[in-house]
Parts: sequence; C-alpha cells; structure tokens
Amino acid sequence: MDLFDKFNSVLAMKARLPFEDGNPFTLCMDEVISQTEAIINGRRTILAGTNNYLGLTFHPDCIAAAKAALDSDGTGTTGSRVLNGTYSGHRTLEKTLAEFYGTEHAMVFSTGYQANLGMISTLCGSDDFILIDADSHASIYDGCKMGNATVIRFKHNDAADLDKRLKRIDPKAGRLVVIEGLYSMLGDKAPVKELVAVAKAHGAAVLVDEAHSMGVFGATGRGVVQEEGIEDQVDFIVGTFSKSVGTIGGFCVSNHPKFEVLRYVCRPYLFTASLPPSVVASATAAIRIMGSSADIKDKLWDNARQLHQGLSDLGFELGAPVSPISAVIVRDQAGAMHFWSQLLKAGVYVNLAFPPATPAGVYLLRCSLSAAHTAEQIEIMLEKFAEVGAALGILSETHLSGADARTSSGQPGQGVAAATA
Amino acid sequence: MQADIKNLSEEEIFAEVLKLIAPFNKKNIAITRDTSFSSDLDLDSLAVMDLLAAIEDHYDITVPLNILPDLERLGQVSAAVQKIIQG
Repeated sequence: MDLFDKFNSVLAMKARLPFEDGNPFTLCMDEVISQTEAIINGRRTILAGTNNYLGLTFHPDCIAAAKAALDSDGTGTTGSRVLNGTYSGHRTLEKTLAEFYGTEHAMVFSTGYQANLGMISTLCGSDDFILIDADSHASIYDGCKMGNATVIRFKHNDAADLDKRLKRIDPKAGRLVVIEGLYSMLGDKAPVKELVAVAKAHGAAVLVDEAHSMGVFGATGRGVVQEEGIEDQVDFIVGTFSKSVGTIGGFCVSNHPKFEVLRYVCRPYLFTASLPPSVVASATAAIRIMGSSADIKDKLWDNARQLHQGLSDLGFELGAPVSPISAVIVRDQAGAMHFWSQLLKAGVYVNLAFPPATPAGVYLLRCSLSAAHTAEQIEIMLEKFAEVGAALGILSETHLSGADARTSSGQPGQGVAAATA
Repeated sequence: MQADIKNLSEEEIFAEVLKLIAPFNKKNIAITRDTSFSSDLDLDSLAVMDLLAAIEDHYDITVPLNILPDLERLGQVSAAVQKIIQG
C-alpha cells in the first residue's frame, strides 16, 4: 500500500480540472510590483485577492523599521519565545498590541494559524466544551482537534442555535464560544452582539477571531467587537499580522487576570521559533499606523463599496453585503476554474475557493480589496469580470442558481441563501 | 433529553438516521448500514457535520464533533448516537 493512495481522488480531480493558464495551487508571483500589482505568467496583473486590506506591506515606515531591525538584530531569532527567542522588539510589539486594544495582556505567536491552534487547544481541557461556528476557519477546527475538549458546532451566525446547544451542556463545565468577526470566504460579518449576549447569558467565555476585521472595522480599527461596542464582553481576541498588518504572525489579547500562564503551557507558543526581528518591527510600526490613520480605512471602504456595487450591478451573485471581501458565487467546479483562469489571463488575480474551505458546497471567485487599489484598478476588475462572465455564460447561470438557492431552504444550501438574502 | 429515548433500539435510531440522511442522498442510492459517506454518498466532512446537527436537534442531545473520525459508514452513526443517548 502506497501511503499516497489516499490522495488518489484529489489527483483525479486535479487531472479533470481545466487549468488553461496557471494552477491556483502552484501560482507564482514572478515579480511583485506593488501592493496591488505583480507579474504573473509574464503579464502585469492586478492583485484582487491578497487580504492586504490597508496596503501596509509597502508602507515606508514599516519598511524602514524592518530594515533597521534586520541591521541591528539579524535575520532571525533561531529560538522559541521561552528560550532565546524573546528580544526587546517582541516585548515592544506585545506592549503596542495591548495599548492598541486597551487590554492588560497580549501574546504574540509566529502565525495567526498558530494563535488559534494555541489558544483553543490550551484553554479547553478534557472536561470543557468548545462551541464553534459551522463556518469556522480551518485553524479553529484544527485547534479543536488538537485539544481534548468536547467540540460542538452551531449553525453559522445563528444565536438561537448557539443558545439551544449551550442549553444542552452542563452549566458547571468550562465553555468557550469561538466566533469570527468577518468570515473570510463569503465576507459576511458575524452578529457578534447577539452571539456574545447568548454566550454570556450562559456564563460561557468568548473568543473572537478578528483576522479579517482588524484594521477594517471599529473606530480605531480594533475590529467588529469594537464597532459593536461589546469589547468588555469578549474574553479573548485573536488576530493575525498577515492581513491588515501586512506581514506575518498572530496574537491574542485579553484582560483575564491569569492570562500570562499561557506562556508556560501553550504548546504552539512554546515549541516553535519566534518571529524574526524585521517582522516584529514592521508589525509594530503597522499597528501604530493603524491606530492613527482612519483615512486609510475610509479609502478601503470606498473601494469595497465600488467593487461590491459594480459586481452586483453586473448581475453576479455575491456571498454577503458590502465588506472588503466580495465573493462571487459559482455553482460548478469547472465553471469556477474557467472563470478564474480567464480572469488571470485578462490580468486580474482573485482567489479561487473550493469546498470544504467554502460553506454549502459553493465555488467562489473571492476578491479582497486594499486601500491601495485605485478607483481605475477597480473599474478594470469590473470590466474583466463582465467580459469573462459573459463569455463563459456565468452571468446568466448565477442568476439561475441564485433563484434555485432561494427555493431550497431546508436543504444544505440554505446557509448561503440566507447570507445573500 | 426526553427520558423515553433512552429505550430506543439501534434499529429505531438507524431508521431515523435514514430519514435525516435523505436530503444528503443526492445520487438517490440505496442506503444500508455499510453505505460510506465519502465513497458512496460523496459527502465531505461538512455534510457529515450537518447530518450530526440534524440528529442533535431531532433527539435534543449533544453529538460532539470528536466522534467524526470514527464515522465512515452510516451504521456507525446510529451505534454512536445510541451510545450517547444511553450515556
């Protein structure tokens, strides 16, 4: 038995797919021109799927801070945070994060994935319960798998369903409710106020993953929880540096009085090398910019409205109301593949997303915008979407499947129908 | 949890599972205890989790996701649910 035989169905799928121009799994940016453009397959391409919401990857302050740290502290720490991997820069970054969120504690992880893995698997032990949203990111599911707690999944963004499931659990047990501020695939925002109210009524702790909402929502960019005015109700906020912050890394902030003990017990924090000094320095600079530059956020939202309105006017079925993520829903795999590769040929890169990364078996051409996009670039994106959509007959097809989704309530597709309603 | 469901036989639970799996049986194949989620019904893990949610709500019980790795065939679902109901 070849160990790779278990992947035969994936290999068969790969062989069936139309890869006219590039494979989304192996695509390479030959040359990065700016936050919004790159050379791909020899062509100048607009990047509309990078999660670089504030466009800070090329901010002069972030680059200068990273270069200075590189010169002073070297290319890497070569060690875990608990061994030789904590430099003064790591301390400064954690202090900057705590100040940004107005919390007592902040703990930095080497990736956002590890932040969820670490927090969820460590907070909940074998006698505890974790309640996760059905559409949770893979890092949340994997954090649940890594720990020993009992894992319960509630219907996406459904406070009544969470309530029902919390009622079935012994109120004496430790319970953690995990939600996301903005769901990355469809771009739909969580009703955090309702969900958190239910969790708190049952006495459960709440963790909100603001990976895609930090820098995007809230008066000072702290996310959906800030925007909804419920920061005092949320026990843990997890986030990432690989979206709005423009580099890599993850974190958790909290006011829990015993929070610091996690530095002794959280394995994805303990047993991995810490972030390199240049990354730490650019993250620190970016968070300072984020807290004081509402104009960047305003530009992002202008761009988001322009794209969302434009795609919607063209007749595409979108996954959610306006947000920096606009996900065009396509019902079949081959259609989505053709669409993606034709868009790439036309000079627009978006994310192609497949189930099970997407909910309800849909295929997505997922766009994420940046404050760095110009109105002209968004016009070009819309033109190309219109051209390719018409050429492939996807435009009329999404109209049809949209009607189909609305009539199929009670079936597994209802989550998306509800999200688009 | 209703007290009387403790006496449900595995056959009765399997009959209920058959009803709940029907909307997921897109290919309309004949379902037995040996029917596999992945190879026969072409269901991914998300669909299996949706089925578990329907079972939870039908019996008003908690079916943790932790049992997912042990569920490949439909007969395993009714057996696992009976175990949960009986505590």
